Parts: sequence; C-alpha cells; structure tokens
Amino acid sequence: MTSHRNPGGSTLPHWKRLVGAAMLSATALAPLDVLAANPPTAEVNTTGLAVTDTEVTVGILHSVTGTMAISETGSVQAEKLAIEQINAMGGVLGRQIKYIQEDGASDWPTFAEKARKLLVNDKAAAVFGCWTSASRKAVLPIFERENGLLYYPTFYEGLEQSKNVIYTGQEATQQILAGLDWVAEEKGAKSFYLLGSDYIWPRTSNKIARKHIEMNGMKVVGEDYFPLGHTQFNSVINKIKLTKPDVIYAIIVGGSNVAFYKQLKAAGIDLSKQTLLTISVTEDEIQGIGGENIAGAYAAMKYFQSLDNENNKAFVQAFQERWGKDIVIGDVTQAAYLGPWLWKAAVEKAGSFDVDKVREASIELELTTAPEGYVKIHPNHHLWSKTRIGLARADGQYDVIYETKELMEPNPFPEGYQ
Amino acid sequence: MFDGYTASQLMSIFAMQGFAGLILFSVFLLMALGLAIIFGQMGVINMAHGEFMILGAYVTFLTSNFFQSNLPHFFGGYFFFAMAFAFLAAGALGYALEWVLIRHLYRRPLDTLLATWGVSMILQQVYRSVFGAREVGVVLPDWLMGSYQVTDMIDVPINGMFVMALTATITAAVFALMFRSTWGLQVRAVTQNRVMAGAAGINGKRVDRLTFALGCGIAGVAGSAFTMVGSTGPTAGQLYIVDTFLVVVFGGAQSLFGTIASAFAISQSQSTMEFFLSGSMAKVLTLLTVVGILLLRPQGLFVVKVRK
Repeated sequence: MTSHRNPGGSTLPHWKRLVGAAMLSATALAPLDVLAANPPTAEVNTTGLAVTDTEVTVGILHSVTGTMAISETGSVQAEKLAIEQINAMGGVLGRQIKYIQEDGASDWPTFAEKARKLLVNDKAAAVFGCWTSASRKAVLPIFERENGLLYYPTFYEGLEQSKNVIYTGQEATQQILAGLDWVAEEKGAKSFYLLGSDYIWPRTSNKIARKHIEMNGMKVVGEDYFPLGHTQFNSVINKIKLTKPDVIYAIIVGGSNVAFYKQLKAAGIDLSKQTLLTISVTEDEIQGIGGENIAGAYAAMKYFQSLDNENNKAFVQAFQERWGKDIVIGDVTQAAYLGPWLWKAAVEKAGSFDVDKVREASIELELTTAPEGYVKIHPNHHLWSKTRIGLARADGQYDVIYETKELMEPNPFPEGYQ
Repeated sequence: MFDGYTASQLMSIFAMQGFAGLILFSVFLLMALGLAIIFGQMGVINMAHGEFMILGAYVTFLTSNFFQSNLPHFFGGYFFFAMAFAFLAAGALGYALEWVLIRHLYRRPLDTLLATWGVSMILQQVYRSVFGAREVGVVLPDWLMGSYQVTDMIDVPINGMFVMALTATITAAVFALMFRSTWGLQVRAVTQNRVMAGAAGINGKRVDRLTFALGCGIAGVAGSAFTMVGSTGPTAGQLYIVDTFLVVVFGGAQSLFGTIASAFAISQSQSTMEFFLSGSMAKVLTLLTVVGILLLRPQGLFVVKVRK
C-alpha cells in the first residue's frame, strides 16, 4: 500500500507520513514534461483509490463462464475496446487505464464477492459490469456501502435508482412505449399477445406494456410466461393462432428464444404477415436463432449495428478489427462501450477521480461521440436516448426503419404504470 | 375462452393441439431413450446426458458448415449424415468414458452421479472453449423448416413430423436390439444377474461398455434432431436434463415400456395444461402430479422384477 495516494491524511501513523513525504519528493524529481500534463495524484484522488501518477485501475465484472457468458461476452469486449481506445488517446487525466477483470461466473453471490474484491482490495476507481438484474441487485449494497461507481449496460425493468450506478442501457419505459406507439400507428395494431420468460424483467415490462396498451384503448388478448430454458412452444403457438392478435409482443430470453422462433416458423406463422415486436432479441441472439427464422420481426431498442452515422461506422470498424470481422454488435454491447467513455468524460469534467465528484459531474453530462448518437445523463442516472425500430433481415442484421424524433426521457419509476 | 369461435375453428385447434402433444411426446421419448438404457440397464446415473446431446448438436453444426462450403448440391440431405456422425461421435465418447471412468464406479452408484456431473461440467467448458460461449446457429435445409398446410387453420410443422418419424424408428430399433438380438439377450441377462451371466460365458464388461456407448450415441442423435427445435450452445444440454430424468424416473427406471408411457403421460398433460394455463403454471402442476404419483408409487409406473 503506497501512502502517497493520501499524503495529507492526518490519520496516518507518523512513519507512513514520512514515507509519503519521501515519495512525494521522489516524484518531484521526475521529468517535468510528464508531470506537466498530469495533475498531481494528491489532487485528483483524495479518497484512496488505485490511482498513481501514470495509471488508474478500474474493474470489469461480467460472467465469462456459466449460462450468462453467452450474453455478457459482448459487453466485456466492448469495455476492453473502449479502454484501449482511451489509452491510445492518452488516457484519463494523463493516466493510462489498467483494468482488472473478474468473473461473476453467472452466480449472484460470486458477483457480490468479486465486487467487494474490486472495491476494497483493488480500490477500483470505477467498475464496468453486471448484466442480469439479479447480479446488479447482488452487488448494489456493496457499491453503496463502499461508495463505488458501477456502469451497468443492460436494458432493464427500471424501478431502481442508485447514486452509485450509472445505467447506460434503456429502462423499460424508454424501450416499450416507443415500440408500442409505433406498431399502433404504423400497423394499426389493436390487439396484443404478451409473451415472456418467467422472471422480473419480462414480467415488469409486460405490466408496463399492458397498462400502456389498455390506456390507449387497445386490447391484450393473452399473456403467458415460461420458465427460463423452456423449449416447447407449440401449445402457446396454437393459442396465438386461436386468438389472432395483431401483434405478438415477445420478451423471451436465452436458449428459449431459439426454440420459440424456430417453432413459430415451423408452425406456419409467417412473420412478414403476422407482426411480431420484441425487446429482447439483439443481433447477438439472432446468431443463435438463425436469421432465416426471425426475418420479418420488429425489435424496439436504442441501438442496431446497422445504424447509419459516422460514430457508429467507426465503432463497428474498430470493434471488428479488434474482435474479428464476423462478430456482431447488439444493443447491450454498445451500451457497455459507452461506460468507459462516460466515465472518462465525467472524470475530466470533475478534474478528479473521486467518486463523489465524478458522480456530480455526470449529471447532465453529454456525449456526442456515442455510436447510437447524442446521449445525455439524466439526474436519475439513466441516459436520455432515442428508441429505434429495427426490421430483422435474413442475414442476421436489422434495418433501422424508424427512430423517435426526440430523445426519450428515462423514467425508472413511471407513475400510473405500476 | 371459446366464445365466438365456430365449430370448425375449434376442431382445427383441437387437432393442432393434439398434434402439439404428440410432438412433445416424441421429443421427450427421444431424449429419454438413451438415458433409460443407461440408467435402466446399468444403474448408472449419467448426469452428462445433456452434454452428449449437445455433442450431437455441435456435430450437426459442423456437418452443416462442411456441406455448405464443400458440397452445396447435397445440402438438402446433409441432415442424415449429420445424425449418423452424431451417433458415432457421441457413441465413441461414451465408449471411451466408460473405459476411463464409469467401469471403476459400478459398485458406487452415487459416485457415478458425481463423476458424470463433473464430466458434464468439463464438456461444457470444452464446448465453450472450442465453439465460443455464444450459441451457434445451425442452418437447416429448407425442406425441414416449413409447414404443411392441411386446411386454412391447420398447419403441420414438418420438423415435428420428422422428429416423430425419427423417434418411432429409433424406438423400434432399440426394441429390436433389446428383445430380438443375441446382444440384447446378453444385456438383459447381465442386468438380471451379472454373476450368472458371467458363468454362462457372457463378457459382462464388454456388454457394459457397448450399452453405455449405445445410450450415449442415441443421446447424440437426439441432440442432432433437436437443432431443429431448440438452441445449440455450451449449456443447452442443461435445458433437457431435468425433463429427461423426470421421464425416466416416472416411468420406472428399468422398463423401456415405462419410459414410453411416462413420456406420453407427461407430454400430454403438460401440453394440454399449457393451452389452458400459463407455461409456468403448467410446469408446476405437471411436476406436482409427478411428485404425488411417485410418493404413492416410488418405483415408477412400470416395474421389472429383478433377482437380487
């Protein structure tokens, strides 16, 4: 433990203060041109984070083993790419970012344990990680107790706002309301069949969707949930055929997704005639489902790989150069990529790595270089962002056919929808 | 819930629903057959059964890629080759596993449970390292994916028909092998009384190894077939393992007839309840019923009398 991180701390024992003074004078002898660029560590780090004159340590905390590895791999790749790019540009406040990667192993207590390790032992200045809501809920008390900073990338059900988390994905209303309004307007939809995997995100999302549908004078003709990993959907497909909804609204996740879309196609439901809107299938999932099985479906989310703007072209090119030319990029991967950039911008605005100052600087922070386009952090720690509708193509990509004119305001505690 | 539908619409729905139940029955039976042979005839609890199925699925994936790039003209028929390769690959792995691990554990059935569970984790990680953590998309020939339209309302999924035909064929083959061949006679003899069978000149070790390989090979074929209806990823085998054990245990561990009857009972009740209730509730009720019946009849539906 080097004490020069905290040279003014009067709580330090006498000998440590002496060592600190010695280290300070040692750094004073370093070449001036290095120091000129970097504000002194003592100024930018008053809370004992792992920041040296040349380096700052952050954490990456995702599952790279276990069931969730399928989903979280893209986020890890995006965060590493962002960190490498920032380092190539000279780092943050003149310091290179060093990351320590921990594996949450798809196990929520493991996430909590690793989060504590990153914050307490490694003194990580920020952590980029978690994917499922369950893993976020598991680490939340630790981030709040240790006053850490977590950048969470996944679109999720909302109903949460922590001073220690920046939510870079969309919360439920942003994703759901724009999508429903779009099918109502464009497709003249009047009736909906709601489907989901049986856990908090699909259930909360469908609750919001049902309220919105009913408030706008439309109808829900069926609602069904399936255990995670369910692989047989023939019965519900028959129910859908019987009730003939204008729109199938599907929030099915994981391996079940593959089974659902394959069986839908095999049952003769032609997605070019039957409107299907999903909020859970990104380009990543389509790789497992097979583009030919889902072509014609619509997805409502904030990012698609095919998004046509300069930021995104550069991002896709850099991502594929780094991780392979065949790799695809989904909504969450892009949101994960924003994490390190938002953190860098906030640190530089604050002129400090201290979590309290970074948090303060994050409010109303703008990022114009995001692949999805302009984003801004709302005081509730979620992002203002546009919602887009994508039409699935047989080659596994989406055509972006609509985007909201304005940025959608994040509203994690929507009144009237609970 | 049937207000406002004409009689013919309702008839079509019931027809399709019956069909959905039959497809589910075929799927359950196909995934349980391999396990029933291993568990029933050898008493080995093979927790890696799901991973053998996924091995079959990955073999199908590789075969599909090979045909696409090298033999595009024969792509329509690749699935039959894929199933054959899946059987050979899973069977060979089963043969090796029996020799390396299982044969040392025959007297310790609970240890086989732990050992094969370990094997399942090792295999999952191998798949993850070789094929990546993400699911792979298996491209299927077009003729397998569509549906056959009988009337306006009734669409028969072709892959469902395919699974049904496959299950019928494999079940018939297994029965022929078990009850009509010399080898089947030997298997049954070893199951009933290992010492006497040995005294009669039957090589018990060889029979064990081939039985285990056969069970694993059938799991491989099942996995290959399920690329049509499900996902192919490192942990996808876990999706099947619970249902598989449910079918085998409920049917009575040592009876192939029991496996068939239990697959039929579970699939029909589940598919009917799924139609009237939500998917999760249907699952809960199915499990509760099975638990209730097993409480009253711990040995399962069918029992084979065995001399101890």
